[in-house]
Amino acid sequence: MSKIKVAIIGPGNIGTDLMIKIIRNSANLEMTAMVGIDPKSDGLARAKRMGFITTAKGLAGLEEMPEWKDIKIIFDATSAKAHHYNWAIVEKYPDKRIIDLTPAAIGPFLIPPVNFDTSHQVRNVNMVTCGGQATIPIVAAVNRIAKVHYGEIVASIASKSAGPGTRANIDEFTETTTRAIEEVGGADKGKALIILNPAEPPVVMRDTVFTLSENADREAIRASVQEMVEEVQKYVPGYSLHQEVQFDDIPEDKPVFIEGLGLRHGLKTTVLLQITGAGHYLPEYAGNLDIMTSAAMSTGDKIAATM
Amino acid sequence: MPHKLYLQDVTLRDGMHPIQHQYSKQQIRDIAMALDKAGVDAIEVSHGDGLTGGSFNYGFGAHTDWDWLEGIAENLQHAKLTTLLIPGIGTIEDLKRARDLGVVSVRIATHSTEADISAQHIEAARNLGMDVSGFLMMAHMNDARGLAQQAKLMEDYGALCVYVTDSAGALLMDGVRDRIRAFKDVLKSETEIGIHCHHNLSFGVANTIVAMEEGANRLDASLAGMGAGAGNCPLEVLVAVLNKMGKKHNADLFPLMDLADDVIRPMQQRPVQVDRETLSLGYAGVYSSFLLHAERAAEKYGLDTRAILNELGKRKMVGGQEDMIIDVALDMARKGQK
Repeated sequence: MSKIKVAIIGPGNIGTDLMIKIIRNSANLEMTAMVGIDPKSDGLARAKRMGFITTAKGLAGLEEMPEWKDIKIIFDATSAKAHHYNWAIVEKYPDKRIIDLTPAAIGPFLIPPVNFDTSHQVRNVNMVTCGGQATIPIVAAVNRIAKVHYGEIVASIASKSAGPGTRANIDEFTETTTRAIEEVGGADKGKALIILNPAEPPVVMRDTVFTLSENADREAIRASVQEMVEEVQKYVPGYSLHQEVQFDDIPEDKPVFIEGLGLRHGLKTTVLLQITGAGHYLPEYAGNLDIMTSAAMSTGDKIAATM
Repeated sequence: MPHKLYLQDVTLRDGMHPIQHQYSKQQIRDIAMALDKAGVDAIEVSHGDGLTGGSFNYGFGAHTDWDWLEGIAENLQHAKLTTLLIPGIGTIEDLKRARDLGVVSVRIATHSTEADISAQHIEAARNLGMDVSGFLMMAHMNDARGLAQQAKLMEDYGALCVYVTDSAGALLMDGVRDRIRAFKDVLKSETEIGIHCHHNLSFGVANTIVAMEEGANRLDASLAGMGAGAGNCPLEVLVAVLNKMGKKHNADLFPLMDLADDVIRPMQQRPVQVDRETLSLGYAGVYSSFLLHAERAAEKYGLDTRAILNELGKRKMVGGQEDMIIDVALDMARKGQK
């Protein structure tokens, strides 16, 4: 089959990294157009040099171009606000889909190895957050063995890899990730924590997942987590289990008090992850950005295969 | 005109750490009422890691923040009810909920180099009509000028006060002096300056006094030093020292001494004192709240707490990265280090 033509809106760090990934690694996607709003943007200039169609007039600019009719998938790497505008345009064309990398979350959350099959037909899907992409597969991996009552994730990222958008609205990270831990990960209750670490040289992204689940066979959980890590590695090669999966018994006579759930006991599972970026456009420590663009490309590739 | 001295008690917030966030509602209420009666200016109540800090990573509380805060504000005669919020843990929604429970003052805490993640929370607090301070944690990890630039950002966002927060109890007296002076140089004269110390190098009181002499007027302290690591500046000692210095304040010494000895000390499951573990926090420059987590990891994996703390310091871990304590302990256990 021929490749599906795609456009990227937002020629910043994320958009540019995604462009490079698609050019180098995508099986089913053909990089076609880069859309921005600033004619002086470095990202637009780079895309133009590489021979792609560019416009600095936003998505409306691309809509007026003859190439627009052949573009089937649009990646939105702008902001939550801009996404509402972009989706209003894409929505008018029933043959086109949008993959939303912003926190807008108009469409359902999509974590490729967890819920692609049930959500990919929706024409607007949302990629949650970097921390969500890294950790929710693990929550789901535990949940498919033992019902997860509570899923908590801690994302530690290098200060240098947190852009102004993240910094100006860190509540969006905690709130969106929390919701996705519940809706996609399957936990009754979610909690997300994010920490910026300014150390030099910059620290590689680390994520920790804690779950409290029903008691279950620990080896089965360990195997499920391992299998899921390998699933994620297929599209994020730098994703790895940094330590053996740890288990602790939370006994019935010494329960923990979880807001929204009350006193709970069961099995605590701790999974320590590390995400090293591929170093395409962004440095290797920025695993948080790499996993976003990798998950988005993987989603695009899979959707393209169904088109 | 210099700002009036303002004593903020942190027994019911930082003091959560030594008892793993297990105060009962009645204890919070009784201690808050007693502190109010003894004349402190502000009483901070929340999980040790701020609003909604209850978690596997930091420890689950005996109650929610909302349960702890409920019914306190309306019974205070003099003191303000305050709380703490760390962006990345708590959100603006949480802040609104605290405000609805009568919290009139809040501190928005970030690492000493990350002030810009506090902009939306500081603005929101101002819009809610609250007294709001910026709280620059792990102050020893940024130099005086750098820290002052971060303080300036918080002032720009709307903070009415900015704190030098020595979370690791790692600053020597000159380190405090330089940072407060740098704050004075860049902040507007109407912006207040605060100091929050930990006693890991036995400088809790001395550093607080140095800060005051350089122009800080909001002083943090807790009964019997009840707080993370070797604890905070002990409130009753600070008040005694202020009395001897002839400084004007509202607090009453004897009732605070009684509270410290009769109520707080008996609660401390692990003594809050300078010992080899807590001294190691200050020595290695590690977040004081890591203490009990590191002690548990040391026990579980057969390691020396000090070695874990040193390694965390070497890896430049910042406040909130309690999960990395397990990571470090597993690395050390695998390498057969003791």
